[in-house]
Amino acid sequence: MKLYNRGIIIAGIVVFLAVATFPFWYDRGKTLAPPAIELDTPAIQKLADKRCVEDTAFMRDNHMKLLASWRESVVRKNIRVYTAKDGRVFEMGLTGNCLKCHENKSRFCDRCHDYAGVKPTCWNCHNNPEEVL
Amino acid sequence: MAPTRREFLIIAGLSAIGSACPPLGRIIAKETTSRGTLLPGAPESAPALKAKRWAMVVDANKCCDDCADCMTACHEAHNVPAIANPNHEVKWIWPERFENVFPAESHAHIQENVRKKIIPVLCNHCDNPPCVRVCPTGATFRRADGIVMMDSHRCIGCKICLAACPFGARSINFVNPRPFIRKLNLDFPTRMKGVIEKCNFCEDRLARGILPACVLACQEKALVFGDVEDPNSKVRQILDKKFSIRRRAELGTKPQVYYIL
Repeated sequence: MKLYNRGIIIAGIVVFLAVATFPFWYDRGKTLAPPAIELDTPAIQKLADKRCVEDTAFMRDNHMKLLASWRESVVRKNIRVYTAKDGRVFEMGLTGNCLKCHENKSRFCDRCHDYAGVKPTCWNCHNNPEEVL
Repeated sequence: MAPTRREFLIIAGLSAIGSACPPLGRIIAKETTSRGTLLPGAPESAPALKAKRWAMVVDANKCCDDCADCMTACHEAHNVPAIANPNHEVKWIWPERFENVFPAESHAHIQENVRKKIIPVLCNHCDNPPCVRVCPTGATFRRADGIVMMDSHRCIGCKICLAACPFGARSINFVNPRPFIRKLNLDFPTRMKGVIEKCNFCEDRLARGILPACVLACQEKALVFGDVEDPNSKVRQILDKKFSIRRRAELGTKPQVYYIL
């Protein structure tokens, strides 16, 4: 089998592979430090029982689902109180509840979201007191 | 090789048992999802104001021409941007001349004080809301208590509701509204570029047991808010005594903002 323009084709394939695999070999061997989230806001320090709405493991895995269900509940069902698994009740709200303790969005929410490369659109509308004041 | 009679019967029998199994599978699946359910019957907040059917009465006779208290209060409470460009304007409650509020009732020889009247107008929270009917995503919907709500999370900015509303009560954010908000109210979210917004009958305040911002701001008590299904409500007391009209009632949208002129 004869390959016409062999030089150009093979050079092209080499260049393509180099560009396509660039992200993989560029980052090879480097480790990105896991995000250091800060939980020492004044509001959290004041809490006797330093416990979020649900336990930490649940919140870490499911906060987005919890917030989505809160959103549906408040806006569409007009149910605004959340009863946690341990029976405590909370008013549902992002600015009105979560950010009351986690005042440091830039050092709490953003650190993990930047690390994971997710861009939640919450803050297009919901207020972040940190930015305003 | 073709199955023997015995093999065929065994396969047919097992298949029959198997076809009875999916319900069992569904029960197991249900069990697991309910374990992860995030909303275990949250109770409603106690002091919320409730009604069978919220409605508003606007006594335009009590309105002073230059007064904008209701509009300022509303727009401050809900972070409504003050955009000067009329093409990009966003409004929840705004002043309008009689001829624009009641075009069918207006004529060349109407009393001068009525012709010159400035009347506050807002979303009518129709019983038969055309905006809700046309919304392709269900972003706007009618609550059981009559409030026509906007769920900005679902709004795709298609503007069909804008065209469907006969009252011009809906505005779209053609530009990012945040730089135009004079004084940010942290307790209420802003909107973003590309979503529709309108009066929400202060449902966020009703949930906290507070009357709408415009009603509380009006010093002349020209705006009255209440349950139109309750014969003892303030709204019904006024409607029982005075002659009231609604905007463009002939369209059949059944508006729930009543005007007294």
